Amino acid sequence: MQLNTCIIGFMTNATEPMDTDKVFKALGDPTRRRLLDLLAERNGQTLGQLCENLDMARQSATQHLGILEDANLISTVKRGREKLHFINPVPLHGVYVRWVQKFEQHRLALLHDLKQELEGD
Amino acid sequence: MSRETTSFVYVNYIRSTREKVFEAITRPELARRYWGHENVSDWQVGSGWQHVRDNDERTVELVGEVVEIAPPSRLVMTWANASQADNSDAYSRVTFDIEDYNDMVKLTVSHDELEAGSGMAKGVSKGWPAVLSSLKSFLETGSGLDIINKS
Repeated sequence: MQLNTCIIGFMTNATEPMDTDKVFKALGDPTRRRLLDLLAERNGQTLGQLCENLDMARQSATQHLGILEDANLISTVKRGREKLHFINPVPLHGVYVRWVQKFEQHRLALLHDLKQELEGD
Repeated sequence: MSRETTSFVYVNYIRSTREKVFEAITRPELARRYWGHENVSDWQVGSGWQHVRDNDERTVELVGEVVEIAPPSRLVMTWANASQADNSDAYSRVTFDIEDYNDMVKLTVSHDELEAGSGMAKGVSKGWPAVLSSLKSFLETGSGLDIINKS
């Protein structure tokens, strides 16, 4: 039920489906980061498999997974009776490009200038 | 086939149409603008396709076969390093599912039957997020991300 609620909430908020706020909020919780770590170690796990590594009830884990899916940080696929969870790093890549990469480029440019100055070109 | 396999499922939401997303994947003159590569095929079931680097050498990096094609909503193809084209175990499978999602398109890329721990599995796990981010940027803003080293 929780997942359904999340999906409906997701659809009504469809103007910003990859809302950066959602990504950062979803990441702002140690359990959800742990869930992403677990999926990074082994992709495509069921709820039951994920719960084996978490000290929490299935219902709580389901809620956390719903928030991660709402932020598009995980994707789910039904295979037979099982629902498999996959880490979806596409929004994280967007965060990387916007918040990390451009600052790295700036720093690299500074290093480049420094090297030129010190070496006297 | 006792080898252990792994899968990836990537989802991206793009403010575009299914037709444009499908063409961005299958038309070389579009793919090269955000992917740095072209996907070259006549796009018939059973035909081969090649993933060609958009440089002077026109290096063929990946090869495979078109398994299923239903424009503008679905494309399934096999996928292997060109250097391993003769090894049937080296082939993995890529599925593009393109659905309308309100005023957007939901693109799901599933990469299955990858050999666990292989260089290809590691490579695609880094490659797809970058390619899909660049595709989104290309279709929404007209220019892809400068992520693919074109040299």
